[in-house]
Amino acid sequence: MSDKKIRVVIAKPGLDGHDRGAKVIARALRDAGMEIIYTGLRQTPEQIVTTAIQEDADAVGISVLSGAHQFYFKRVIDLLKEKNASDILVFGGGVIPEDDIPGLLDMGAGAIFGPGTPTSTAIEWLEKAVPART
Amino acid sequence: MSTLAERATGGDVRAMARLISMAEDRADGVDALMRELYPHTGRAWTIGVTGSPGAGKSTLTDKLIEHFRSEGSTVGVLAVDPSSPYTGGAILADRLRMQRHTDDAGVFMRSLGARGSLGGLSRGTREGVLILDACGYDVVIIETVGVGQSEIDVMRVADTVCVVLVPGLGDDIQAMKAGIMEIGDLFVVNKADRSGADRVVNEVRGVLEFLKGREWVPTVLQTVAENGEGVPELVRLLRLHREHSLKSEAGRERELARLRSKIEDIMLERLSDRVEKLWTVRREELLEAVRERKLDPYAVAEELLSKA
Amino acid sequence: MGDTEYKAAKATYEKSVSKTLQKNAERRAKFTTGGGIPLERLYDPDSGAERDYARDIGFPGEYPFTRGVQPTMFRGRFWTMRQYAGFATAEESNERYRYLLERGTTGLSVAFDLPTQIGYDTDHHMAAGECGKVGVAIDSLADMEVLFDRIPLDKVSTSMTINAPAAVLLAMYICVGEKQGVSAGNLSGTIQNDILKEYMARGTYIFPPQPSMRLITDIFDFCGREVPKWNTISISGYHIREAGSTAVQEVAFTLADGIAYAEAARKKGLKPDEFGERLSFFFNAHNDFLEEVAKYRAARRLWARIMKERFGATNPKAQMLRFHTQTAGCTLTAQQPENNIIRVTLQALAAVMGGTQSLHTNSMDEALALPTERSVEIALRTQQIVAYESGVTNTVDPFAGSYVVEKLTDEIEAGAMEYIEKIDGMGGMLAAIEKGFPQKQIQDAAYEYQKSVESGDTTVVGVNRFQTKEAASNRKLLRVDASVEQRQIEKLKKLREGRDNVAVKERLESIRKEARDENTNLMPLILDAVRVYATEGEICGVLREEFGEYVENIVL
Repeated sequence: MSDKKIRVVIAKPGLDGHDRGAKVIARALRDAGMEIIYTGLRQTPEQIVTTAIQEDADAVGISVLSGAHQFYFKRVIDLLKEKNASDILVFGGGVIPEDDIPGLLDMGAGAIFGPGTPTSTAIEWLEKAVPART
Repeated sequence: MSTLAERATGGDVRAMARLISMAEDRADGVDALMRELYPHTGRAWTIGVTGSPGAGKSTLTDKLIEHFRSEGSTVGVLAVDPSSPYTGGAILADRLRMQRHTDDAGVFMRSLGARGSLGGLSRGTREGVLILDACGYDVVIIETVGVGQSEIDVMRVADTVCVVLVPGLGDDIQAMKAGIMEIGDLFVVNKADRSGADRVVNEVRGVLEFLKGREWVPTVLQTVAENGEGVPELVRLLRLHREHSLKSEAGRERELARLRSKIEDIMLERLSDRVEKLWTVRREELLEAVRERKLDPYAVAEELLSKA
Repeated sequence: MGDTEYKAAKATYEKSVSKTLQKNAERRAKFTTGGGIPLERLYDPDSGAERDYARDIGFPGEYPFTRGVQPTMFRGRFWTMRQYAGFATAEESNERYRYLLERGTTGLSVAFDLPTQIGYDTDHHMAAGECGKVGVAIDSLADMEVLFDRIPLDKVSTSMTINAPAAVLLAMYICVGEKQGVSAGNLSGTIQNDILKEYMARGTYIFPPQPSMRLITDIFDFCGREVPKWNTISISGYHIREAGSTAVQEVAFTLADGIAYAEAARKKGLKPDEFGERLSFFFNAHNDFLEEVAKYRAARRLWARIMKERFGATNPKAQMLRFHTQTAGCTLTAQQPENNIIRVTLQALAAVMGGTQSLHTNSMDEALALPTERSVEIALRTQQIVAYESGVTNTVDPFAGSYVVEKLTDEIEAGAMEYIEKIDGMGGMLAAIEKGFPQKQIQDAAYEYQKSVESGDTTVVGVNRFQTKEAASNRKLLRVDASVEQRQIEKLKKLREGRDNVAVKERLESIRKEARDENTNLMPLILDAVRVYATEGEICGVLREEFGEYVENIVL
């Protein structure tokens, strides 16, 4: 009688206050039947990772529009590894130049959704990637 | 290999978190794990914080965490938000106001979707309390959705229930949902710096008059959770209730009632699973037959159950 | 045409419409503006029957200022071409400012990095990774001196996008002026200083509402006496729109914020006729051309009415809504970025037709990164072409009398007023924000927009239609590397070693003491602290300890 739901932490790391995208994706994922843990603004990477662990999240979505994406993705991914939680998927979006995406994927991000990506792309990705993760 | 339950009671936060998910999801094997945990339970003090949306429950919970931590107690929090009745999805944002405690290893916070639990407490909440108790948290705080049956049902898992009211939300005490005044062990009028707070206090006092003569008569106090005003007094009163229920007959009765409803919940859940299984195979056929008046609902139920 | 002839002509037209519709349906069943206002097929003299020219439109430079705040508008002088800029350290940004001034920009607009906007020094742990990214890093007066090096403050006007710590940055600017020999009375410019929209839409708040409002009115009061040419606030709808609001909501929430500030100022004993002159506004220039032109006209008229009727202002300068405009960042696409030049052109044109006082045009690459010098130059040239070549500036308010624009002006004003009344009913904007009301409205609009793009109902060229397979980009983007942060931290360390730390401590403590007394104006004390090189983070740190910090209110 299992009733498994996909649980996703949506976080805004650092000081960037542009949360339109984070809120839109949170609502879109909710409307796709997922449970979204919304942490709000000004989260440190440490807070994001602890939240993901306590919430037993399947994935963490990070939105960065300040240009500091390299810094935050790296910190979050490293901390997840440190805490034995690298099975939690990391994805993200924001103002991220295309040239930076391969680097973020190499770092361990599962997917980066640049400006203009439909929310359905993120939903489909999660619906596939979450059950497939080990 | 140690079990998830062993890892959780040994302090592995990931294991605790996973156990709560398994309980919520009703994953295979979770009942065995819960049985393994049960002997470790019975130590935590469970506090239910309930009240209308917008009453400031999360901010108050944040301040309660701070207070209990300053006294050296560890704290587990279960914060429930509504799930969409259409998609089952939810946005859980209660943590936002407590997020500063994320850096404190003595605090564990978990957000739960109500998941259409017939208006009452979700499975995640009911089992989550036991899991956090077994994992050694001294205090477990449940922040309810604040609507519907969950407000009443919180007393079926909490040792102490704190009802949060607020001036200006249109909470007319006289007209308040039946039962809410019955479940509070303590009433808090939050945002007491706003006009109308005294009026709410007086209204609550008026209602509580009728409870005079009971062993425990709830009190009303004012807080301003935003700046922590009144929180130490709140904790003092909560503790008084705790001490009272630990040694009083009423406290024992309440515990028995809780255990009774726990066992009944488990039975009902299993029965409901069995009911589901009983007719999944023939459902369409039977429904059609009833629709065409070839069979009646009573006969169908009788027949299905006789095979159980 | 007489009335009978008009009616007959209209009936004929309507007949031919139904005939055409039988053959060919229109492109869509319902037409609306970008902000969702229903659009009729045609507007004609019937559309404005109740409108009274003298009462509702009037003449430029006269109440209710629908047609503009000056009698001759752009025939007299163009708007200020003010490009928002700043990145990395003060040295790099100073160079960019001088580049812009050389190319004909007529005012500066300073972008600060996020730690500066949120009152953290670069070496604070919360600032890690952000130094110099979205603007220039300013930790102390020493950085500010470099930022305006060789830029005479009596010759340029400077706009600073700074809100929660506006008092500190303004104090630094005044001190730089002093060092250049320019007295505070001769400084001109603007600080954004609009905390309400930070709670609602932009997110760079620090303190809770009450102390934040106090800092704002302290600035009003201080500048009224000491820096009279300074615009003490720029009440901003820009970010509300960027967060996803409609045009009507942009006007409504911005003016409702304005009302909250005006009420706070009045409570402090300031006179509407005086502080009203120093209030300025900041709007977005979005895609829907006609709606945008109408929006500025509606905002101007509504604000004039509010100042006159609600606050009793009789000074025309206190009734006038003067505003800066920026083209809409959220309309820029990462796909086919050159298309953004055209979007920006149309948006800039709308702002000019709406009678803006100053304008920032976005650069085409801003959906990807900070703009390069090349793309900033194109953006500035766009304004210059609108000003010097298009001809639209040679007559005042050319859209007045357009049936549709006048109608939209009326509708936007009425729609905004409806929101303002609702907010009044909640007890004003502070209470409404606490309830999450404007936030929810904005988020709902943003989500609706997203869904309509995804369903294809709204077309975004190059994104959901007319896509082209783009070759791997070889576009040059501006990057701020990590060494900037290291350099800035080094500078800060040296500063802390070299200054008079006893004086710093003393002045910080006097800020702390007076922060507790609501009746003290903190501005002079902040100036004293800045002068001895107390850092921004130190000053805000003391205020954080005294005032506490705001936690956002999420209503999703």
